[in-house]
Amino acid sequence: MFLLAQQGLEMPDRNEGAAGCVQNDGFCPSWIFDNFDRYVDPFLQHIVLTVVPVAIGFAISFGLAVLAHRRQWLTGPITGVTGFLYTIPSLAFFFLLQPLTGRGYLTAIIALTCYTLLIIFRNVTTGLGGVPMEARDAARGMGLTDRQLLWRVELPLALPEILAGLRIATTTTVGLAALAFFAGAGGLGAELDADYYFKSNVVVAGGLAVLLAAAFDLIILGVQRAMTPWQRARAT
Amino acid sequence: MSATLAFLGDFGGAVEFIFRQRESVGGGVQVGGLGEIGDLLVEHLLVSLAAMAIACAVAIPLGLYLGHIGRGEFLAITVSNVGRAVPALALLAFFIAFLGIGFTNVTAVLILLALPPILTNTYVGARGVDPEVVDAARGMGMSGAQIVRRVRVPLALPTIFAGVRTSAVSVLATATIAPLANVQTLGEPIINPQTYGFEGGLGAAIVIGVVTITADAGIGIAQRAVTPKGIKLAEGGGRGRMRLSLPTRRREAAT
Repeated sequence: MFLLAQQGLEMPDRNEGAAGCVQNDGFCPSWIFDNFDRYVDPFLQHIVLTVVPVAIGFAISFGLAVLAHRRQWLTGPITGVTGFLYTIPSLAFFFLLQPLTGRGYLTAIIALTCYTLLIIFRNVTTGLGGVPMEARDAARGMGLTDRQLLWRVELPLALPEILAGLRIATTTTVGLAALAFFAGAGGLGAELDADYYFKSNVVVAGGLAVLLAAAFDLIILGVQRAMTPWQRARAT
Repeated sequence: MSATLAFLGDFGGAVEFIFRQRESVGGGVQVGGLGEIGDLLVEHLLVSLAAMAIACAVAIPLGLYLGHIGRGEFLAITVSNVGRAVPALALLAFFIAFLGIGFTNVTAVLILLALPPILTNTYVGARGVDPEVVDAARGMGMSGAQIVRRVRVPLALPTIFAGVRTSAVSVLATATIAPLANVQTLGEPIINPQTYGFEGGLGAAIVIGVVTITADAGIGIAQRAVTPKGIKLAEGGGRGRMRLSLPTRRREAAT
């Protein structure tokens, strides 16, 4: 409160031009307009730091989930290991990996990938487990093989749950990637870290991160709508 | 000790940092050792506990109420979706830039992070109680408050605990960046490598990892302890960690 009052009192004197606004650590549209360039590269890095881990994590956990679907006893151990990885705080993870993988993208991407595993694995497993027994029986009765059953019946029916997992994993990764600069991998977090007290900087860098998460969320939701037309038909 | 741990490389140095004081990178100050790590740990736990206590006090009653009257599913779900979309670092930065630094503000940030999982899980747990069970309780002459206290709470407890567990893990993890707002938690050596060196940061990372995993396991044990025997029997035991997606939709679709 004291800080705010102090700034409020000083504003008439120093806030006349854009320079005064910047000096006061204020929210300055003109500064943002002039300096927007500096956020483009970190923003693109942030997209890479989100898409790559989610893609790798999806490939791994999807494979594991299909495997665990066939061999049920694997579910427990896989949930245990991925749950353990999920529990390690991200900042600590970035540091713990550095003696092994050095500073940079590799460390950040390994750590961020590990966080997606539990989320996606759990949702794929839940989705596959939720396929009605009758649908499976009907498919068998039609003479489908195990592989056909999986790809033509079980996975399409599990799709909403799988994509819900993908959404959670993606938004979570956007948030965690904001800390990737501690591993030397840049991203929007590095811009936040450049100056936590400058309102313009915080609003742009933080706002871009939130927008990125929201955009990914909407894109995947759109994909889900497009890929599961039968769900819409039932809802109406 | 340094000789025995030498083969571990950086990790050996990190473990040594936890147990023995050393001179800071810039020189002049003593850093590390159990004394300093202990102080940082206390502050870390203090700010986390404060946030968790307040978050539970707000989110559990609210979630139970909404779940009982069967309204506010939109709120319970939206809150957790929005909560996930805002990076913890961005939230802390907003607080630093607009409201200032210090213990209170860091606690507020952690509360905002802790609320969504607890609220969503409490809502889902209370809502998910079999309507027939609630009807039976009403038939026995229970009032609304009694139904919540004696039927919904016990049956929802495992789910509520799962939410508390998720929140506790993310709060303990996020308390690591509190030193950015001048609260000296275990993140201090990580955020100030120019003073503590890389081994200091690594040492702190080890302690943070151990603390978080211990807390997670501890709440997990408590969760199992409070699970009513009937649910354990029905689920075959050992299930019911945090719930990451809402099962309500599927249930609706099934009926």
